[in-house]
Amino acid sequence: MQITSMHFKARAGAKLADVRLQGALKKLQGNFVKGRADRVAELDNFQDIRDAAAAIRDRALANLDVWLDTFERNATARGTVVHWAETHDDVNRIVKEIAAQHGVRKVIKSKSMVTEECALNDALIGAGLEVIETDLGEYILQLAKEPPSHIVAPVVHKTREEVSDLFAEKHNAPRLTDIPALCREAREKLRPHFLSADMGVSGANFIIAETGSTLIVTNEGNGRMVTTLPRVHVAITGIEKVVPTLEDVTTLLRLLPRHGTGQSITNYISVTTGPRRAGDLDGPEHFHVILVDAGRTKLIGGDLQEMLRCIRCGACMNHCPVYQSVGGHAYGWVYPGPMGAILTPTYIGLENAPDLPNASTLCGQCSVACPVKIPLPDLLRKLRERQFEQGLKPWHEVAALRAWGWLAQHPSVYGLMTRIKVRALKAMANREGMIRSLPFGGGWTDRRDFPAPAGKTFREMYKAKNKN
Amino acid sequence: MSARANILARIRTAQGRAVTGHSEEREAVAQYIAAHPQGPRPQVDADIEARFRDRALNLSTTIDTVTTVADIPAAVARYLRDLNLVSTAVCWPEFAGLDWAAQGLRVEVRSAGGDDLVGITGAFCAIAETGTLMMCSGPDTPPATSLLPETHIAVVSRNRIVTGMEDGWALLRRERDALPRAVNFISGPSRTADIEQTVTLGAHGPYRVHLLLLP
Ligand code: SF4
Repeated sequence: MQITSMHFKARAGAKLADVRLQGALKKLQGNFVKGRADRVAELDNFQDIRDAAAAIRDRALANLDVWLDTFERNATARGTVVHWAETHDDVNRIVKEIAAQHGVRKVIKSKSMVTEECALNDALIGAGLEVIETDLGEYILQLAKEPPSHIVAPVVHKTREEVSDLFAEKHNAPRLTDIPALCREAREKLRPHFLSADMGVSGANFIIAETGSTLIVTNEGNGRMVTTLPRVHVAITGIEKVVPTLEDVTTLLRLLPRHGTGQSITNYISVTTGPRRAGDLDGPEHFHVILVDAGRTKLIGGDLQEMLRCIRCGACMNHCPVYQSVGGHAYGWVYPGPMGAILTPTYIGLENAPDLPNASTLCGQCSVACPVKIPLPDLLRKLRERQFEQGLKPWHEVAALRAWGWLAQHPSVYGLMTRIKVRALKAMANREGMIRSLPFGGGWTDRRDFPAPAGKTFREMYKAKNKN
Repeated sequence: MSARANILARIRTAQGRAVTGHSEEREAVAQYIAAHPQGPRPQVDADIEARFRDRALNLSTTIDTVTTVADIPAAVARYLRDLNLVSTAVCWPEFAGLDWAAQGLRVEVRSAGGDDLVGITGAFCAIAETGTLMMCSGPDTPPATSLLPETHIAVVSRNRIVTGMEDGWALLRRERDALPRAVNFISGPSRTADIEQTVTLGAHGPYRVHLLLLP
């Protein structure tokens, strides 16, 4: 996926003014935020489960290499071929090699954010393969040639009318407007692809060291098709996704659907272990797993390691006032919201995403909502510090803070400056006492008025009061 | 150096662990796997059948009860007739001996293909906590039959209802040497909420999941 995280501020401004997007984002808050709260309330011991989930992730991360090695041994024993990829390009190369080795022509995919990181679809299409996304949301995006705007609900930014227009145009069919009819239309378009594809590509929500299995959660059933029907299967996932045992993954599964979509459980949870066995009537003949680093080891061992606990539920963005206002596209890469504001700068470089660590009010909602207790605001603060240390803050911001720092240490000058300022601001006010537009403060007054100060500073008023 | 060696070495170096010689860590990992402790579990009412029914119905699964295996064809015929569905189906081999024809049904014993409309399966067990079916793949239990047809009918014995997913794993550990190729947990008909967050049943898998509970 093309990276446009440099332009967060400009894009955020445009998204705020997009009335249609604002409507779509409201729905997300209603469904996912309320859904999570309701489903969490079903668990009498939610906080215990949450503590256990964080501990499970930390256990895996503390000896990550040993767990990965264990996974690899158990997967290999079951006939899985395990590959390791250091970069996104490595992933694309490995998938192309597997495709070539098995004479693959058509590839079906279930939703995978790691492959979005890699821009795998473009790479495969470039190699002459036909690639079809089968998650309904991802399918819509593939037709529309757009990136996802949410890690769980990738097409949350689109309305039904837009999908109607898109299907009518791309399918060359009568325009349907009813949502179930649109879903059936996609089902009927995609069914033949499921049955004729040579290769299925999926992500993995977890990989299980004990059994060498990959696990995916889906609601549509496309994940099951992708892992069952084609003769070659490739599961692509980050190295941090390893979980020790079946019991551990069970604990995480009590939280992932609740925090992701507000469900107690997703429709399907598929645990797949290697290729088809003797006598099996279905299942792939070849099963490959690609373990991807691509920036993840940069988070290991440092003060950001907790971020690797992430189980990609999306709760932090659903609860984030900034995400709720600007949507996912403004963040400019695969991962939006608070988790993206940490992952994007660390994976692609702070200098390529300078606004993201600052795209947060640090209100703390994200860390309260996070099922694995990632202290997201603390991590954002650490990134801000790093940004300052590396001299990546814009010069005018640094200069302004320096000036303010100097003023704060010189009370008499400070007092003089504020006296001038409050008077000047008062003079700019209209009859209602509001300022319509602030010089150098357009961001404040573009969409709302600024209440003018009373014309005296606090210190002046305090002094006057004490005299009486 | 290989990508594998590079990645593993990067991890160990970043965490300040020596790049070689970690037999103690391996031992600890092996011990943890051997113990595979359960995490904290939420409370589930003692009547697990009632809980299972309640949760399954909530997920838009429908449930009927049959008293003996021989009654299955009549129950299937009734269900299909009531919903005006076709009278042809495919089933798992365990139901091959049933008298389907007497109920006016044409049932073939094979794995489902893309055009089959009704699939009849058993289940490895059922999970009360979430109203879920646990299915294990195998030569006689092809997963496609619970996936491709628009209607999935599953026969479940009451004595195979367990409390939570942990108990499903325990049953599997007890009864089998290793995991089958695929373990699928099914919780109601397939669905999507991708368009405007509106839940719609029947995405790529079944539109309907119907359970026949055996004593
Ligand atoms: S950071 Fe936490 S809340 Fe956000 S996606 Fe990851 S696990 Fe979910």
